[in-house]
Amino acid sequence: MEKTLNKKSKYINTDGYKIEDKFQDLDDKIKVEMLKKMYQIRHFENETEQFIIRGAIHGTCHLYVGEEATAVGAIYAIRRDDYITSTHRGHGHCISKGADLSMMMAELLGKRTGYCKGKGGSMHIADIDAGNLGANGVVGGGLGIATGAALTCKLKENSKIVLCFFGDGAANRGIFHETVNIASIWDLPVIYLCENNVYGMSMPTKEAFNIKKISDRKVSYGIDGLTIDGNNLIEVFNTVSYFASRCRDGEGPVLIESLTYRWKGHSKSDAQVYRSKEEVKSWMKKDPILQYRRALIQDGVLTEKEDKDLEKEVIGQLKEATAFAKESPFPDKSEVEDDVYA
Amino acid sequence: MREITYLEAIREAMAQMMRKNSDIYLIGEDIAQYGGAFGVTVGMLAEFGKERIRNTPISEAAIVGVGIGSAVTGMRPIAEIMFSDFMTISMEQIVNQAAKIRYMFGGKVKVPLVIRTAGGGGTGAAAQHSQSLQGLVVHIPGLKVVMPSCPYDAKGLLIASINDDNPVIFIEHKLLYKNKKYIEHVPQKMYEVPLGSADIKRKGTDISMVATSFMVKKSLEVAQILAEEENIECEVVDLRTLRPLDIDTVLGSVKKTGRLVCVEEACSFGGFMGEVVSQVVEKGFDYLDAPVVRVAGRNCPVPYSLVLEQEMIPGVERIKKGVLDVLRKA
Repeated sequence: MEKTLNKKSKYINTDGYKIEDKFQDLDDKIKVEMLKKMYQIRHFENETEQFIIRGAIHGTCHLYVGEEATAVGAIYAIRRDDYITSTHRGHGHCISKGADLSMMMAELLGKRTGYCKGKGGSMHIADIDAGNLGANGVVGGGLGIATGAALTCKLKENSKIVLCFFGDGAANRGIFHETVNIASIWDLPVIYLCENNVYGMSMPTKEAFNIKKISDRKVSYGIDGLTIDGNNLIEVFNTVSYFASRCRDGEGPVLIESLTYRWKGHSKSDAQVYRSKEEVKSWMKKDPILQYRRALIQDGVLTEKEDKDLEKEVIGQLKEATAFAKESPFPDKSEVEDDVYA
Repeated sequence: MREITYLEAIREAMAQMMRKNSDIYLIGEDIAQYGGAFGVTVGMLAEFGKERIRNTPISEAAIVGVGIGSAVTGMRPIAEIMFSDFMTISMEQIVNQAAKIRYMFGGKVKVPLVIRTAGGGGTGAAAQHSQSLQGLVVHIPGLKVVMPSCPYDAKGLLIASINDDNPVIFIEHKLLYKNKKYIEHVPQKMYEVPLGSADIKRKGTDISMVATSFMVKKSLEVAQILAEEENIECEVVDLRTLRPLDIDTVLGSVKKTGRLVCVEEACSFGGFMGEVVSQVVEKGFDYLDAPVVRVAGRNCPVPYSLVLEQEMIPGVERIKKGVLDVLRKA
């Protein structure tokens, strides 16, 4: 694992694709910023979990802990003005796309200052101005929106692309088939990024699929694709960079499967009877943050001390965000029927 | 004065709007060379090209899903679902996505999407190609539901729907499309019939008949017969849009006549006219001089055999009986 992260060759050959190591060319500042985003996600989710334990969150939340490399690596590989669609486990995508932590936390607490004025909660945070077309409470709910946004990009010739996150569960919904096929026949600029975190709620992927890799489904649609290590930020970044430029050049959609693992339960009510503690521990050893931090320190991008300071800074940001959320007012009852129609 | 069909009015509305606004495009099954299952889009491919007349595979969920995604990012799609029965395949997109994302996102997004579809029976197409499913969508906050009954309204309502920044379900009726009996003058220029405005299609003083779509035509037929045979003057109110609902026009009519019969093609149980009756009772109980009657589809799937189909869907005889029942109870 560490070997791959520090590989200095020009190309990373994966499944026959000559994927350039674009990560190496990045400014150190950006490399550190990505680490900071991973910390923000981890600590945001930790704070959220504390709120859940204390009963401060009215609804449910789906935590992204353990999957940080996929969101950060993929979103940093596209342009800031490109679009993303997210999932019910969307906090990581949202933070990577630049969302404000305070407004996110306020939304989780159902406050008027939240991203959706308290009307959406954890599963519906969107930041349209930042190109985030929204988390989605329905498994596979973002696939249609992403494909349609990609059609806009094509019709308006604005050179933007769409990065569509969805889970292994969504790959078995009908909308996956319909949209990926349409994107293929129309050569739409969309990257379908399947986060295979091993379970669809409690259903293990090995029981939900009879194929070795979800990316094998690319054959059905006549598109390119591959499976990558979703806990390796550099691999995610390089792969998505490679396909993003192909998408932008009009070469059509692609299906990337990012292998990762959900450390926490499906939602706040999950007793996790379907998996062993040993299994969870074995994946925690592949901690994406630990791997990336180690790689940056080994490469001399930042020192141990700078790393500690960075994490401290993030913890401070989260304190501010939670304080803001707690102090914010709830929506007024009179707002209940606002925003139904434009 | 030129007179055109309902189908031609719909096509003209789309074509005129597309000439004006390059963000508008059509998406649906067999809408390009074939011209749509009912011929609504015939000739549009030649004028607008395949980028804007987008033929899709048989993928109703994707048709609506793609429509939503492009609508929230700056386009104004018009999606065609061949038969309203197939809305059920795209229902996740319509109910959970299109209708809700504006609200869920705290009002930060608009979904200017029109979903055109052909509803209704009377064509011998049986249970899966004849339904009147407006009740399924009208129940969902965030959606608007439009059901024109004539060429003039079809054009004006469709233009208003395309200009609207909300998802609009625009349900057309197969029996109205090409029937020369229903052609009428439609202005060449673009005009809007505002969503949420009912129309009194025939004035009368004895009883109010509230209907939509093809049932407006049937109600007008009955009104004519009753005027000639029984000297009864029926007022026919065409709702035109189910949501937003113009209940004031209905109440105004009931206030005048004191009697109400609601006519709908959908099954009566849980049907939309139940909402109309409820609102009349809640807001205008004192206007009523007699119990209200609903004449609606029988509570079974639409059958195939002509004899059975005519029994299931309200026809002239049943509507006439409904009117006379109200008057006798008065």
